Amino acid sequence: MNKFSKFGDSPGAVTRRSFIIGSAGAGLTLAFARPGISFASPSELISAGAYEPTIWYQIQRDGRIVINIAEAEMGQHVGTALARIVADELEADWSQVELHHVDSDPKWGYMVTGGSWSVWQNFTPMSQAGAAGRIALIAEGARLMDVAESSCEARSSKVMSGSRSISYADIVSRGNISRTFTADELKQLPLKAPAERRLVGRETTALDIPDKVSGQSLYGIDAKVPGMLYARPLIPPTRYGSKINGIDDSAARQIPGYVRTLILEDPSETVPGWAVVIARTFHAANSAAELVKVDWRAGKTATVSEQQILEYGKKLIVDRKEGVLVVDEAGVDDAFANASAVLEQDYVTHSVLHFPMEPVNALALEKDGIWEIHTGNQWQSLIIPVLSKALGVDENKIVMRTYMLGGGFGRRLNGDYAVPAALAAKSLGQPVKLVFSREDDARFDSIRSPSIQNVRMAFDSDGRVTGMEHHATAGWPTQVMAPFFMPKNKEGESYDPFAIQGADHWYSVGAHRLRAISNDLANDTFRPGWLRSVGSGWVNFALESFMDEAAYQLDQDPIEFRLGLLKTEGKNAGASPNSVGGAARQANVLRRVRELSGWGEPLPENTGVGVATSYGQERDMPTWTSCVARVDVDRDTGRVRLHHLYIVTDAGTIVHPDGAKAQVEGASLWGASMALHEGTEIVNGQVRDTNLNTYTPMRMFDVPTIDVVFIDSTEISMGLGEPATTVVGPAIANAIFDAVGVRLRTIPIRAEAVLAALNALT
Amino acid sequence: MIIEFELNGDQATVDIPSDTPLLWAIRDHLGLTGTKFSCGIGMCGACTVHVNGRATRACITPVSTVKGSSITTIEGLDPTGDHPLQRAWIEAQAPQCGYCQPGQIMQAANLLSDFPEPSDEQINAVMGGNLCRCMAYIRIREAIKLAAIEMKEGGGDE
Repeated sequence: MNKFSKFGDSPGAVTRRSFIIGSAGAGLTLAFARPGISFASPSELISAGAYEPTIWYQIQRDGRIVINIAEAEMGQHVGTALARIVADELEADWSQVELHHVDSDPKWGYMVTGGSWSVWQNFTPMSQAGAAGRIALIAEGARLMDVAESSCEARSSKVMSGSRSISYADIVSRGNISRTFTADELKQLPLKAPAERRLVGRETTALDIPDKVSGQSLYGIDAKVPGMLYARPLIPPTRYGSKINGIDDSAARQIPGYVRTLILEDPSETVPGWAVVIARTFHAANSAAELVKVDWRAGKTATVSEQQILEYGKKLIVDRKEGVLVVDEAGVDDAFANASAVLEQDYVTHSVLHFPMEPVNALALEKDGIWEIHTGNQWQSLIIPVLSKALGVDENKIVMRTYMLGGGFGRRLNGDYAVPAALAAKSLGQPVKLVFSREDDARFDSIRSPSIQNVRMAFDSDGRVTGMEHHATAGWPTQVMAPFFMPKNKEGESYDPFAIQGADHWYSVGAHRLRAISNDLANDTFRPGWLRSVGSGWVNFALESFMDEAAYQLDQDPIEFRLGLLKTEGKNAGASPNSVGGAARQANVLRRVRELSGWGEPLPENTGVGVATSYGQERDMPTWTSCVARVDVDRDTGRVRLHHLYIVTDAGTIVHPDGAKAQVEGASLWGASMALHEGTEIVNGQVRDTNLNTYTPMRMFDVPTIDVVFIDSTEISMGLGEPATTVVGPAIANAIFDAVGVRLRTIPIRAEAVLAALNALT
Repeated sequence: MIIEFELNGDQATVDIPSDTPLLWAIRDHLGLTGTKFSCGIGMCGACTVHVNGRATRACITPVSTVKGSSITTIEGLDPTGDHPLQRAWIEAQAPQCGYCQPGQIMQAANLLSDFPEPSDEQINAVMGGNLCRCMAYIRIREAIKLAAIEMKEGGGDE
């Protein structure tokens, strides 16, 4: 599977950036320098702001260490984890470390927070940044104390030599550091051995949490400026192609504070056929919006249903000319032609809403020729060019102000909700704060596309696996929103990696073929989104449900069957630095979850256990994950009760252990919620469920007991926000089979479907 | 319409349409943004405040109905933000995105005043109306139990 170098550097990538340290303003600035500049005077470069991207920090004269964070904070405590990496190598006093979440600026480089990439991408450069700072501070501290540099060591924001010491604050106040590390010197820096780490891997509390319990954290919806107007959108009946014939706002004019209803002209075509209701308060906008009558001519997807999208997907799968062969090893057709047995199944997943607690919203205004967009966002670099087109101004005239995100889950990778706010503000010449109601948010969501998949496996006469095919089709988010990010297969055909990742597994199955197919009816009907783990969420449901069926076909224990295929050989041997150990590490988490869950112990009637495993999302960023789910099934109602989840994760070095655990808890419960509680359908071109009266995510009383275990490891840190999402659904489906002998090949798994399957047995 | 009530111990006056939900009166007219908007139909609990000491969904409570009442929001739960529940929330590292947490904490405060030593069933029954999309439920439950112990030992703050 391809690398996404545009998103940043992978740990294995060769970077040619140097590092500069110099005084500017109130303290010492430490930063990666832009490539290709001269390093004659680091302090001048610092003053000129000629430093780069994503990583820089300052040590102030009072000793405070302010670490800039370009990643969005949406519950993953990302700033804490990244700052711990810098501070550990810097030998900083953690109590003096502060975070600064930055606004968008080209100097930060490419701004995106997603894919569970943050720690994986930043671990090495942040360690180097900390180590370079430590070395420079030791040298200057030695000079100021008039002792040999070799006699000094740094600890807790102090440089010490024998009984003498000097604080970083004093070094910055009294000293004069101006220093450059070339790319080669950076590479040679002595980074700590894992055993010497004092912060990474140790427990801490997340720096963002205190403000979140006092009510002081500011989210996008809390942004305000003097004189702003409020707006609520009027969303057309189809995502694309609707036109407004006319608007009647006579009833709305009775609402005090109502200003007007504005038809949006959108050169970026992000919100075609939209109007927004403008008022002096949100309540007035809200009340007026219920009274404004819009006569729309709907676009061509006005009658599309979920079933049509799935049936169309099935047709795409059957037509072997459709789609892109992501993996196509020699001998697949021979394996099936010569097979003594073939297993084949179809799997379906239905539409899922992001449903972030904070409905999407944005405040837009122009000030001194600069457009300010105040909103929570995960991918500033994707939406700024769109805003530029919508507003008709250069990208460098747009700045995105940063706020906490009231839930990301991938929804805020697509910043489309900022566009109508900006258009309204431009049209009115006044700041406009556009707030989506919960229902608006659901209707405008970039949903997780419904998917349909076909999986086949060939066995020889000895029951050995000789070939495998996996065909997956769904709406393709990256094709629709960021086509320039799509990698190409060997034939040069582009595909959406996020719609197929998870399928390029580490099982040795003989000849393997993997085909990803874009469902253009889905793409036309809604804007498919990246939702927590994206394609791995549906792909692994099919893959790991199927692996269970294959084990059953061979009359093998599901864990033993998988272990037999996880061989450290060929492409599954693993490679340095990212996938050291390869399939053996996935086998290890499977064995660990077998012990942890008491697999094989006798269970009460109608109770079952099911297993699933995954490498997460990318072969180059494998987060080895396994899950056992324990359920019971009520045979009279079909109701499935999830009792217990056991999750084992090998994500290499764990930076912030409690934060890592929280991510696995949240990710696994997302998986459970999507499998048992959520899911909607497209009806007449729109999602059927738009609020909690019918959309029913997991609540406290649905939560199972969870055991989360991490494998002790000093390998490279992998992503953690998403992998556990991908294993829980199939583990539940497999547990249902173990409990009552029925296979559920569709998620969400509804009680009616379980009951129907049980009735079909008898 | 002029409506007066007490907000976090201070007198508050708003002159707004009587059907304005209390949520928007607090957020937009009185400037306290710790109370959050989410579902707008009283089913997620993000907007939970106390009206005369009872947890109330501010998004479906017309401001006219709280005339003369005493309202407490997350900002007023404790003058320094150091209520045993807030401390417990930090100890359990409960929040992820944090957006629902003011509402969770205000609901939990009522839970503990009604059931100082709540069982899991009581926690489920009372907290089941508060949605957490990050699914931080395990830690919310843990934090409630930590706070219950501390409030019992400390003689209770509420």
